[in-house]
Amino acid sequence: MSRYILSRLGQALLVLWIAFTVSYLLLQALPGDAILIKFQNPELGLGPEQIAALREAYGVDSPLWQQYLHTLGNFLTGQFGYSVVGSVPVAHELLANLPATARLASLGLILATALALAIAFLATLAPFAWLRGALQSIPALFVSIPVFWLGIMLIQIFSFRLKWISVINPGEIEGLILPVITLAVPISAPLAQILLRNIDEASTQGYVAVARAKGASPTWVLWKHVARNALLPTLTIAGILFGELLAGAVITETVFGLNGIGGLTERSVRFQDTSVIQAVVVFSAAAFVLVNLAVDLLYPVFDPRLRKAKGVLA
Amino acid sequence: MTTPLLSVENLSVAYREGDHTARVTHEVSFAIAPGEVVALVGESGSGKTTTAQAVIGLLPENGRIETGAIRLNGEDISRWSGKRLDVIRGRQISLIPQDPTSSLNPVRTVGAQVGEILRIHGERDRSLIEARVIELLGRVGLSDPELRARQYPHELSGGMKQRVLIATAIALKPQLIIADEPTSALDVTVQRRILDLIDELRRENGTAVLLVTHDLGVAADRADRIVVLQGGRIQETGETASLLASPRSPYARRLLADAPSLSARTFRAAPAPGEDAIIVDNLVHEYQSSGREPFRAVDSVSFTVRAGTTHAIVGESGSGKTTTVRDIVGFGRPTAGAIRIAGTDISALKGEALRKFRQTIQLVYQNPFSSLDPRQTVFGIVEEPLINFGERDAAVRAQKVNALLERVGLPEALRKRRPRALSGGQRQRVAIARALILDPKVLVLDEAVSALDVTVQAQILKLLDELQKERGLTYLFVSHDLAVVRQISDTVSVLHNGQQVEAGSVEDVFLRPQSDYTRELIDAIPGKRSHALA
Amino acid sequence: MSSIGTVDGLASASHGRTASGLGARLRRLQPGLVLAWIVIAIVVLFALFPQLFTSYSPVQGVPVEKLKAPSALHILGTDALGRDLFTRIVYGAVHSLTGAFVAVAVGLVVGTAFGVIAGSTGGIVEDGIMRLVDVLLSIPGLLLMLSIIILLGFGTVNAAIAVGITSVAAFARLSRSEVVRVRRSEYVEAAFGSGGTFLAVLWRHVLPNSLVSVLGFAALQFGGAILAISTLGFLGYGAPPPTPEWGLLIAEGRNYIGTAWWLTTAPGIVVVLVVLSANRISQSLGGRK
Repeated sequence: MSRYILSRLGQALLVLWIAFTVSYLLLQALPGDAILIKFQNPELGLGPEQIAALREAYGVDSPLWQQYLHTLGNFLTGQFGYSVVGSVPVAHELLANLPATARLASLGLILATALALAIAFLATLAPFAWLRGALQSIPALFVSIPVFWLGIMLIQIFSFRLKWISVINPGEIEGLILPVITLAVPISAPLAQILLRNIDEASTQGYVAVARAKGASPTWVLWKHVARNALLPTLTIAGILFGELLAGAVITETVFGLNGIGGLTERSVRFQDTSVIQAVVVFSAAAFVLVNLAVDLLYPVFDPRLRKAKGVLA
Repeated sequence: MTTPLLSVENLSVAYREGDHTARVTHEVSFAIAPGEVVALVGESGSGKTTTAQAVIGLLPENGRIETGAIRLNGEDISRWSGKRLDVIRGRQISLIPQDPTSSLNPVRTVGAQVGEILRIHGERDRSLIEARVIELLGRVGLSDPELRARQYPHELSGGMKQRVLIATAIALKPQLIIADEPTSALDVTVQRRILDLIDELRRENGTAVLLVTHDLGVAADRADRIVVLQGGRIQETGETASLLASPRSPYARRLLADAPSLSARTFRAAPAPGEDAIIVDNLVHEYQSSGREPFRAVDSVSFTVRAGTTHAIVGESGSGKTTTVRDIVGFGRPTAGAIRIAGTDISALKGEALRKFRQTIQLVYQNPFSSLDPRQTVFGIVEEPLINFGERDAAVRAQKVNALLERVGLPEALRKRRPRALSGGQRQRVAIARALILDPKVLVLDEAVSALDVTVQAQILKLLDELQKERGLTYLFVSHDLAVVRQISDTVSVLHNGQQVEAGSVEDVFLRPQSDYTRELIDAIPGKRSHALA
Repeated sequence: MSSIGTVDGLASASHGRTASGLGARLRRLQPGLVLAWIVIAIVVLFALFPQLFTSYSPVQGVPVEKLKAPSALHILGTDALGRDLFTRIVYGAVHSLTGAFVAVAVGLVVGTAFGVIAGSTGGIVEDGIMRLVDVLLSIPGLLLMLSIIILLGFGTVNAAIAVGITSVAAFARLSRSEVVRVRRSEYVEAAFGSGGTFLAVLWRHVLPNSLVSVLGFAALQFGGAILAISTLGFLGYGAPPPTPEWGLLIAEGRNYIGTAWWLTTAPGIVVVLVVLSANRISQSLGGRK
């Protein structure tokens, strides 16, 4: 067992290291020089010497491999460099923006999961075929809606038409309602689709027929046999969902003008602030890898078949 | 006359697909008396499973009973709602399914799944359920029932899983058990023990059994009466003994003639002396796995096959027969030992030399669907080996391919079709033609007829026999089915756990088996009772 | 052999059915699928011959006509510069469609090439490629797109390439697993068994059989690519104004969200309809095989 964990951990670290290197090569080593963009602005009135001094301060003129090792070392110690636009350490920016995004994302995830479960189980148990069909097609509709447009439509309808939610200085909770819905809808779609497919697949298994032959009702079969076998595989997309959440946060925060990692990312792209982007990329890759690692290690707890297999491996 | 326990009257079932419906059973009628065993026998597409599904009220969603009645103790249940049927399912009618592996929920314990039937039918007392589950698991012959109850299905073998399912089926002492091919996914020796168990339990409780099977031999051994179905219609119904002794319908007669376990037991004459086409000497094959002892799948197996004869390799799953065959055709590399095919040591060949040598030995797979490329036409499949070996003239290729396809009995109209548009028997004919187009000396048949219906199987076996005589072919015939082996081979090796426990002429091995294992295998061949009756 | 409770009975029942005629096929058409095809056909016509659908100019506005609500004259209203919104949507189709096409093509060609190489060679090459694919998959798609946009700069084509590169990993993984699946199949072994060389078997059996589902996946990517391109357009990283790209239209309409609802609503509904239709069609293509 410990050998399995170690090898999984090694793999995770390898992926992270490659992610760092690739993003470094793409974002730091190639053109798109944020220093020049920012300081060549005539309004600042900096002369060439002053710019050169700044460049040295930011360490952009040493050989590539030195910069690479230097940056890698910094990343490992939690220093992600300076945000050129904000003129503060990237780590500070990330930390300052993290809580808002974490709150938005976790509320979004909760709502998305609830939505997906509701759609999947209602679409399986609903009494009429036409109703089941209608519910089953909801995810396909949800994945086809642009997230940014959904946010705008919600503002248009609930803030401007119905005037239920104030646009100017809404309360803390009031201000979160529309963003959370905007974030949750597109995430619930793939989740519901996978759930529906798994329920379908589990329903054709032999043990379902056997349970029916024991005299179990369709509802009993769904809860006792299908549900667990259908829910388990959805764990494997947890990592992907995390990425979707982050991407959704970028757009949601932009549309609603909220502060957070998403807003930070959007601004950094606009001003080519590469250290911030790289930090966000590496941060999200790390989170993805960690989520997947956790799922892999936890899976045997829920699935008895793997418990045995791992035991044999160790 | 007393009311029968179950009486099926003029049952017609149809499946709806899109906007049209297809009838799969036509006015099927039969009855089962209390405690009686009735076998529904038929090949694939005969409607036997559909009939059984209708009886227990578990037709697929698009299936519908169009006409007829299903009377349980005189009361028609064919129009009952799901809710009403839930009360009798499990309590009065229960099911033993075909494939034990997919029939148990992988994430719940065995005990929970046996206990479930008690819980569904209203038992609330946990300790009572637990005690009853352990009693049932012990009753079906599982050792250490307390442990079994806590285990998950993947920790049990196929035979043990089927015992668990039987324990579930008998838990509420139903009046009728539907056994749907209860043993076709199991090895022959396990198959017999499971059928014995069902027999014993049914006698004990006076339960009636509706046995659905494709194997007339199994039906002959176990049933009081047999219902023969073909294309959704009943061909014949009768007492087992009289139906076997004097079948009236032509279809039942054919089925009886084609069933290897029931046909007359004549052995092939001893082969004339000649040169050896295959020599396997002390073959050993180990599978390496990191950090563990290598697993010895084949352990010093030796046999020789005279040119122009058929040698059978017999064994159950895990016996090492597949590994042996893969080494012989050059897809696997033996760990030790020698394999000479027509004088050449194939285990020493590599790369281009091995590719060239494939003209000498060819393989026909068990599953004719997965061994044919779904995107090629029949003609293309058979033509390909000729292209591989440099036949450039398309006209020559076409002439050879067409002649061979003609010989294996594939009409011209099928040659542009793809495998999906062919029946199982036709597909296997294509696979045989592909193997023979290069004029090999040795043909290896890996369970090549096991997936086919008996009547089709008989046709393919006949074709193989003719081809052997015409072309002087040497066959290596791998099978788990001793009845087929008895019918077509000259010599046989019996493998068990990687070792050869017996080898010799078929007559010697079948009439004078030396090892206990061989004896057990031979005893497990169904159809014994019909011979006793005859 | 079939068993109780599965639909095998159906399979054997329907097996004997021969190919049905055109009439039967027409009757089986689902209305949803027909609608989807109609939507896509119209949008393709928008892209090819925009002049056929409107006589207004997509970029030149009539200032006095600004911010007019939908009417007979301007069926979807006008924007702040007095440009006809319907005209702008019609002329915008070509940007979304070519963008999506370029994106899918980039993903399909690059990803499949990597996947096929990995799947058919194995060993270190496969490990290396798949490790890289893992990394690409570990970065959220939008972030990857944004990183590439920083690298390439803003613009229609660059946005399309960024969207395409983001799907390279998925294409590579699918095509590799398909190649590996087909390589393990019995008919490939049988092809080797009847004397086929490595390249002959790869060309005759492995590629044709593994690329079917890759092409199906490409069709499925189309709708997603339209969405992604409109998202980049909305964020302002795609086509520059006054290009009537759909995402950009919505972004511009945002400023009049309280007064001119049609400016955001109409282009959004068009995007939803097109993506929905593309997904519906590719689903039916993938399902039929």
